[in-house]
Amino acid sequence: MAFRDGPFENLKVPVAWTAAGAAAVAIGAAVMLLLADSGSARAQTNNPVRSGFEATVGPVNGVFAWPVRFVGQVSDNVRGYFFAVSENRRLKRRIAELEPWRDQAIALKTINARYEAMLGVRTEPPVPLATGRSISDSRGPYANARLIDVGSARGVRIGNPVITEHGLVGRVIGTSSNVSRVLLLTDVASQTPIMVDRTDARAILKGDGSGNPRLEFIRGENPVQVGDRILTSGDGGGIPRGIPVGMAAKGVDGSWRVKLFNDRGPIDYVRVMLFQDFGQLTNPEALNAPPLAGFNTAPPPDLGAAPAARPTPAQPAAAPAARATTAPRPAATPPAGAPR
Amino acid sequence: MRRATAVRVVGPWSWIILPALLSMAATLLLATPVEVFGLRLPQPIIPMVLAFAWPLIRPSMLAPIVLLLLGLFLDLLWRQPLGLAAVSLLSVYAVVLLSRSFLMGQETSVLFVWYSVGTLLAFILTYVIVTLQAANPPSVLSWLASVVPTLLLFPFADRLIERFEDGDVRFR
Repeated sequence: MAFRDGPFENLKVPVAWTAAGAAAVAIGAAVMLLLADSGSARAQTNNPVRSGFEATVGPVNGVFAWPVRFVGQVSDNVRGYFFAVSENRRLKRRIAELEPWRDQAIALKTINARYEAMLGVRTEPPVPLATGRSISDSRGPYANARLIDVGSARGVRIGNPVITEHGLVGRVIGTSSNVSRVLLLTDVASQTPIMVDRTDARAILKGDGSGNPRLEFIRGENPVQVGDRILTSGDGGGIPRGIPVGMAAKGVDGSWRVKLFNDRGPIDYVRVMLFQDFGQLTNPEALNAPPLAGFNTAPPPDLGAAPAARPTPAQPAAAPAARATTAPRPAATPPAGAPR
Repeated sequence: MRRATAVRVVGPWSWIILPALLSMAATLLLATPVEVFGLRLPQPIIPMVLAFAWPLIRPSMLAPIVLLLLGLFLDLLWRQPLGLAAVSLLSVYAVVLLSRSFLMGQETSVLFVWYSVGTLLAFILTYVIVTLQAANPPSVLSWLASVVPTLLLFPFADRLIERFEDGDVRFR
């Protein structure tokens, strides 16, 4: 019996019902995906689907973006042409202001280096950088992230801080071989430990999708004033200490906010700090060694010679010499990779 | 003898696939990190136009599936929680599909009001979801900066409806 001759011959489902059924199935699938992809996991994990998508869409977006970039360059040229004279005056004035500061900085740098040498301060080693270009941008209220055209092939890893010439931009939350995803400071999932330069007070910089992220969990009494310089605190070890972030300001809602330094110019070229955490600043073998590994165990006592070896009040000078043979010896040379 | 009349049917390529591809291309274009005369490019949810127009053109099984895929594309492109944009788009699609019999043949101003209401509901829904997931409410000003450009896309939805409303005489 053919299907047409069966009991379903006259069964006709209205097309609106089938459309509604398809919509219900699609909504169900979307809700399941939403439940599976929680907000905290989104900021911390490198999903292979996302990585594959970003590796594909990066070059495609570069092609699509070419006309837009061209228009942007034309607008920059037009603006540069019409405002060249005023820009020249402004820059000359700024150079005159900054020259005394440069001289002071050179003098202070010399003095600081001498103090560090005298005190034996263990300064952080320089962090290598990888330069990349921003190729895509999401600016909505729910997500503020960028794609940049450097990836794991250049040593970029998840968690690396990203900066411009003005200051901190965000951190890497996903990588593929040639493309990385940067979570900006303004994203709702972004939380960055910071400090107020003037008072050394600590706080958390929390993004909310607006251009000026909030300062929360501020410690101390009146630790912040309008115009205070905000730097990364380095707490938690994810981001090095002292990277410029912005200036403190009061928001319209009365909360403390930060005017980001990276808003001073378009975020086009960025540098990824190949900094993982404080662990890379020390020798991991030394950290992983068992405690007191440098101390030798005491030799087994020689019962026959014990009375002769026992120090007497008449031999006090021999004791320090005997102890010196069992004391731990300092390493002749520091371990490779140890901070200087 | 009665002559058979040819039924003019516009296939899904014209009113579903092609507009979906165009909306993806436009979204990619607006994701370019460039400032023109010191202003950033707007970033509306372009597929909202399709979510509103498609159920009014005709009911289809393909449209919600394509909307789901478009939503996932937006989520992956913008690094949003996976499924967020899909829920937003499909909620508008479902609301308009349920009220299709009322909306068919209405004036443009009435359609705009419904487009605005549907868009606002979708944005409020996503705002609540993101607030619950991130335990951090997004900025209302930033939210408005995304809602307004999306509302301004209504002429494209209206044009799409006018273009394909009579594409299949069986749905007049």
